Amino acid sequence: MPVVTPGWYMTLAAVLFVLGMTGVLIRRNALVMFMCVELMLNAVNLTFVAAGRAAGVLDGQVAVFFVLVVAAAEVVVGLAIIVAIFRRRETASVDELAALRG
Amino acid sequence: MVELVVFALMGAGTLAGAVTVVLARNPVRSALGLLGALVSLAVIYVVNLAHLVAAVQVVVYAGAVLTLFLFVIMFIGVDRSEDTSETIPLQRKLVAGLATVVALGAAVLVSRGRFSWTPASGEAAEIPNGTVQALGGELFTTWVLGVEVTALLLTIAAVGAIALAFHRRSAETPTED
Repeated sequence: MPVVTPGWYMTLAAVLFVLGMTGVLIRRNALVMFMCVELMLNAVNLTFVAAGRAAGVLDGQVAVFFVLVVAAAEVVVGLAIIVAIFRRRETASVDELAALRG
Repeated sequence: MVELVVFALMGAGTLAGAVTVVLARNPVRSALGLLGALVSLAVIYVVNLAHLVAAVQVVVYAGAVLTLFLFVIMFIGVDRSEDTSETIPLQRKLVAGLATVVALGAAVLVSRGRFSWTPASGEAAEIPNGTVQALGGELFTTWVLGVEVTALLLTIAAVGAIALAFHRRSAETPTED
């Protein structure tokens, strides 16, 4: 029976991160892009937990806490911005938000 | 044995949820895929003895953040499906190439097997038990400054969200649009 080593968790986290990155790059609905950013943050959280466990310290889980708080704050402000943009422009597609194009 | 089974099941659940997030046309399906991924990750945290982190993951992420996402999806409306045609030439291929490079880099790093942060003795370290008591003690002694800064950050985020929400059109400059 194979033993689950930290490398397995790192692999899972890497795949999760790549999936999130792909989503951010190919999707154009701002909400879905936000969800993909959450996926990337969760991949990093998984590496924190697995690494902290392998090193035998609690610091990894403490780091996850701070990442969670920053992610929550980011979601609150980001969704408020998306709603504010939607009220004015009636769209959540990042392709149509090109007012800053030079 | 238990960990292997949990890793296989919940790892598959996490990846399935993540793929759903990326590929689903309907944002509600994306949100539900995200929910599946987050809950699966919480179970993985439990096998790693990160009990408090798992609980917070379910309460904050699957509870608060997902509800907020669904609320905004309902507010914006889901009836208009996203146009999936690509306007930027080569973008899909570049993304695929970039994803392959990142995945291969990670695979190389992982396949080397040993990480510099694992104990040098080769013996498995004692698994830290992330109970409320242990994690709380750590947070409010060693990391108390971080906790205070976090409180400031959350206050700023709440104030910013309220300011954005109560922004009125009549207050805008008349030259816009």
